[in-house]
Amino acid sequence: MVTVVIFLTFAITAVACAVNLVVQRHPISAAVSLIGVMGSLAVIYLQLGAEFIAAVQVIVYAGAIMVLFVFVILLLNAGAERRTGHSHVARWIGIPSLGLLLMLLGFFIRNLAPASEIVRFGDFAEGTPKNIGRLLFTGYLLPFEITSVLILVAILGAIILARKETD
Amino acid sequence: MTGVPLSWYLILSAALFGLGVAGFLLRRNIITVFMSIELMLNAVNLSFVAFSYQLKQIDGHLYAFFVMVVAAAEAAVGLAIILTVFRNRGTLQIDEINSMKN
Repeated sequence: MVTVVIFLTFAITAVACAVNLVVQRHPISAAVSLIGVMGSLAVIYLQLGAEFIAAVQVIVYAGAIMVLFVFVILLLNAGAERRTGHSHVARWIGIPSLGLLLMLLGFFIRNLAPASEIVRFGDFAEGTPKNIGRLLFTGYLLPFEITSVLILVAILGAIILARKETD
Repeated sequence: MTGVPLSWYLILSAALFGLGVAGFLLRRNIITVFMSIELMLNAVNLSFVAFSYQLKQIDGHLYAFFVMVVAAAEAAVGLAIILTVFRNRGTLQIDEINSMKN
């Protein structure tokens, strides 16, 4: 019972924040809504037994990435967006495609996820840092090392893109 | 009922992904569009973790972890690009950044 209440509370919070992200016209409001979504998702990860991912979600996503977003919004002094001409592609192709995608997803969820599969808190608690770290440094060593190169390239790219032209 | 059906988590993931796509299509501010992409990545992460629970394997957690790392790299580079675009064009409206269109 407690599990259902916790899930519903944070799921509704996440969806409400996501709707707020879509309808808000000021970027800083959208950023705060996105932080709400990420915080709620961290609790839901915890329910699914992913304690490491929940911690990383809060530290990296809600912490580092969103601080970067808020910094850029403040730096650029981004005000509310103006309502401009509508994109016909978005309206006539994008939105129907989105509806189609959601219908397909609903169909697959109905067929692939049996209703008998019940999530109970504590049933699956393998997502500890110890287990994740062991798998990361054995089975997923090559992707992990490639990731470190990717991060290095991203840092260099960000520095070169964002610096002022001095000459 | 003592627990939540797994499909509810997948429905939540689909709903968040759909909202991210809607934000990507409807918003006109380049930063908000970028945040919609982050919302979609979060929704996909939720699916990974939910299926990881169903299969009782932690491989899904590692995929979610890699998605987060790539999202961090993408956010750094993307925001640097937005900074450069704003410096050169003085605008964040994606309708006004259309020099490749005509």
